[in-house]
Amino acid sequence: MPGKAILFDATKCTACRGCQVACKQWNDLKGVETTNRGTYENPANLSVETWMKIRFIEETNNGSVAWLFARQACMHCTDAGCINACPTQALYRHTLGFVAYDKNLCSGCGYCAEFCPYDIPHLDTNQITGFGKMDKCTFCQDRVTNGLDPACVATCPTGALQFGDRGELLMQGWSRARTLQGQGHPDATLYGENQLGGLHVLYILDRGASTYGLPVDPQLPLAQTALRDIMRPVGYGLVGAVTVGLGVNYLVARARMVREKEDR
Amino acid sequence: MTNHWIDIRNADRIMIIGSNAAENHPISFKWVTEAKERGARLISVDPRFTRTSSKADIYAPIRSGTDIAFIGGMIRYVLNDIQTLTPANRAKKYNMTYVAEYTNAALIIDSDFEDTADPSHPGLFIGYTQNTIDAPSTIGSYVKTNWGYSNTTNPQSSAALVDNTWTAWTDLDEKCVLRLLWNHFSRYTLEKVSQITGCPQGTLEDVYSSYAESGAPGKAGTIMYAMGTTQHTHGTQNIRAYAILQLLLGNIGVAGGGINALRGTSNVQGSTDMCLLEHILPGYLSMFKHTDVDLNAYINRAESGKSIVTPAGLTGDRSASWWWYDTTDPYISGADNSNYRKYIVSLLKAWYGNNATTDEAYSYLPKKNGSGPNYTHIGVFEGISAGIVKGLMCWGQNPAVGGPDSEGERNALEKLEWLVVTDLFETETSSFWKRAGANTANIATEVYLLPAACSYEKQGSISNSGRWAQWRYKAVAPINESKPDLAIVDELVLKLKELYEADATAPNREAITRLHWGYRTSGQYEHEADPNVVAKEINGYTWSTGTALTSFGSLKTDGTTCSGNWLYCGMFDSSGNNKAKSRDTVDASLNQIGLYSNWSWCWPLNRRIIYNRASVNFDGVPWDNDHPVISYNTTYGWQGDVPDGGWAPINIADAGSKYLPFIMHREGVAHIWGPGRVEGPLPEVYEPWESPLDVNLITGVGNDTSYKGKPGFNNPCCYVGYLDGDNGKGVHADYPCIGTTYRLTEHWQAGQMTRNHPWLIELQPQPIAELGVELAADRGIQNGDIVRVSTARGSVDCIAVVTPRFRRLTIGEGASQKTIDHVGVPWHWGYIGLSTGISPNGSSGNVLTPHVGDANTTIPEYKTFLCQVQRV
Repeated sequence: MPGKAILFDATKCTACRGCQVACKQWNDLKGVETTNRGTYENPANLSVETWMKIRFIEETNNGSVAWLFARQACMHCTDAGCINACPTQALYRHTLGFVAYDKNLCSGCGYCAEFCPYDIPHLDTNQITGFGKMDKCTFCQDRVTNGLDPACVATCPTGALQFGDRGELLMQGWSRARTLQGQGHPDATLYGENQLGGLHVLYILDRGASTYGLPVDPQLPLAQTALRDIMRPVGYGLVGAVTVGLGVNYLVARARMVREKEDR
Repeated sequence: MTNHWIDIRNADRIMIIGSNAAENHPISFKWVTEAKERGARLISVDPRFTRTSSKADIYAPIRSGTDIAFIGGMIRYVLNDIQTLTPANRAKKYNMTYVAEYTNAALIIDSDFEDTADPSHPGLFIGYTQNTIDAPSTIGSYVKTNWGYSNTTNPQSSAALVDNTWTAWTDLDEKCVLRLLWNHFSRYTLEKVSQITGCPQGTLEDVYSSYAESGAPGKAGTIMYAMGTTQHTHGTQNIRAYAILQLLLGNIGVAGGGINALRGTSNVQGSTDMCLLEHILPGYLSMFKHTDVDLNAYINRAESGKSIVTPAGLTGDRSASWWWYDTTDPYISGADNSNYRKYIVSLLKAWYGNNATTDEAYSYLPKKNGSGPNYTHIGVFEGISAGIVKGLMCWGQNPAVGGPDSEGERNALEKLEWLVVTDLFETETSSFWKRAGANTANIATEVYLLPAACSYEKQGSISNSGRWAQWRYKAVAPINESKPDLAIVDELVLKLKELYEADATAPNREAITRLHWGYRTSGQYEHEADPNVVAKEINGYTWSTGTALTSFGSLKTDGTTCSGNWLYCGMFDSSGNNKAKSRDTVDASLNQIGLYSNWSWCWPLNRRIIYNRASVNFDGVPWDNDHPVISYNTTYGWQGDVPDGGWAPINIADAGSKYLPFIMHREGVAHIWGPGRVEGPLPEVYEPWESPLDVNLITGVGNDTSYKGKPGFNNPCCYVGYLDGDNGKGVHADYPCIGTTYRLTEHWQAGQMTRNHPWLIELQPQPIAELGVELAADRGIQNGDIVRVSTARGSVDCIAVVTPRFRRLTIGEGASQKTIDHVGVPWHWGYIGLSTGISPNGSSGNVLTPHVGDANTTIPEYKTFLCQVQRV
């Protein structure tokens, strides 16, 4: 799998969240009004104004406690459900391997959100009109195609985030995972090498992926097959149909909002 | 820091105690992480399991305020190990040459000295008198007659220790420092330390054995500490305990070692160097006292007790005693060699130039009166409360949130005639009269709020924790009418000069009118002070030529040089270039240990690791060849860092010039025995002013619920203050939990900057109270509930964060064993700004903290107090 990747080393992350703020700063995203819900983690969910966040996970084991930190943002899958589902090709594969996004083309249909196994894309759909746009991590396309690291990587003080050639980061990641295995972390692993055809965000983990809230073997929903094989060839024809069919759109949007509300 | 940030990567053991470096100094973890990748082990000692603890190899929970017990136990562990090992094995596991020859471990103390272990005065050293004055005051004080060396000019040493031939403690002289140390700390057994700290014995042993491994020659351990160490009634002695441990392990002066104070804000180091504190002048010169009738009297007093003493029986035979002068010293020339005189005369020259003689200049300046107002933070607010202090300039400080017993300090502000607040935003202090419960009809204070420029809107230097002075440039112009602090001071002084010039009857008028004040240049600095001119004056120059001086050795006693701070002399080169602006990313240090000596400039004389002469043996060869700080070569002399004095190594120098490594001490060796502190030459376990115990488990002295505290249970010299007589003392029957305050990564100090910033408020939107799962269950508190935390000072409402990271600890012995829980409250919040507290008082943690302070510094005991927590 050629191209670029971001490597996140959970064992080096101190959850200072410089990355989370740097993402907002570079991408000019607003601060979200939040409340404290009994955790340092905030905002509660990703949104059109929050493209990446750090999750705080407390683990207790025989009286000892661990505080684990996990990065949550677009995984830039190779077998990307969102690209397959996107009827307007607003989402597309960049030559550097990540899932690029042309917001101008987004119709706000929300299919990308429905078919993401990591629950990453979010929309600002207006509940009345049904109009809206999706937003998610862009891999800092404007930076990486101009020789800069993504904003989150550039700000990380501990080296927990790195950016580079995916092949090299894979080697580095596995080397680190094996070192961790030898240091009393038998379940240490590199996550992302093969999931969904290979992710462009790789995780060095000292525990199993599920501890960090990551699906060990993520699958695209069955309906995805239908989309990819049947709907996609229809292409732009479908765009018109969907755009006109505001009612359908409204239902999709509403279903998602209800779900997000329940999440909270 | 004795060392510097990058140097942390050279450590083999890192102990973070009294600091939450990952959260409050996030960049430090770049170097901690690098050290860990090299195989270093990280130890986190903290009442709370923090983001720092999350990265630690060993986490040791302790009851807040029990550092001395924890470290004392480790000192005992190391001493016991040293004594038990055969002399040959001892020298492999510990650097006994360093201990015996570079510290005062071998030196012999006054035969009449008596320890706190002496049953006739438990918990107290010899010479104590309890104070009869009611609070606010210290509890008592010592006469230190018997704390010094037995032979005050030629301290004798214990030959068996220097020769490393001893096996039993009785082989050492009875009053030899190392034996006194054992006598003192042998009481700090694992069992006892566990009973005091609440840390399980197994964890203590893990920490002690792991950290003690840094004592081997060639290994290094660093201690990173911050306000969790200092903000106690025994904060200074906490650091003394770290110093003793580090000296026993040979960890001072070496790469990857040191005592590293992580400063609380970006320029705390600089502000301390430049005399922000009330007891010192720039460069840590002694403050003038009212008994110093003239400059000579001041210098004589400041230099007294600094004359050279020469330890007998050590291989080194000479002390530099930097603060003293010696006409026989071949490295100092001239008729009057007093460094003190050079520094103070050059300082007065910088202030008054040719407008006054040094004697006149001295006469103008304020003198501190021992019985006058106490100008520490705590004292100033008591002075305001008592009506003694009538005006206050609050510069980038927000005591209404940051001060101890902050509701009491807010009340005190009402008694001011005038208040000037200089800040980026409206603050709780500038708007104290808007707070809940304030009756503006009764407040006559005239308040001025001056808008200040932020760091990106001005140029100038900051000095980081590693003593690096780094120049910053202006990125954008200040908005609206805001101005750099320097510009505000400049305007203020020029106006004062104008007013004093116009008033011939003004008191002590010349102090202002004769000030040498000319910092404006041209261009953008035509109408405001130019920081470059200030920097050059701080560095110092030859008065007649304006040529910058490159070393404080060039300062003169005759008024022909000026220097605003001798420690910063050398920041400029002879061409007038300011090295604080240097940005060379090449690491030219030996073995690339990361000194980066041409990136910025650091005091003194660009020495990146101070006490570095202790990093080499008598031949000038580094103990650790992988991480050489300096190294001596007979052809090239010293290489590497700027050595702590350029003299040849002890074995190479001639007799009489074999300089000992710790040049700031009169005896040339480091102080394991430290009689300079007010409450004793060795740290002793003293309970916080508010303690959950009935008996001090080391001293045996019982608790006393009286307001002032009990000498020997509490620190016998700590400062107990109050505001308006209502700063009560809580007892554990009413307040069973241990409260502590701290900062979060996402907010900054009293919150002016971060609580007005939506991205940061998003991350930490509301004040929290963290507590453990067991305590929450006992109180019926659910995660996310609003809870009220209360102390004898007041109460705050916060969101409960119920977490297993707060562990219930078991303390006490025998029948009086009990469990205790910590409740943690960040102190960032207030009642002004975009994000405010839940209760009307702003939910600042400092509403809870007491107006009591450390015995030596009067720093408030912010970190530990008794509290109660309930669901609202």
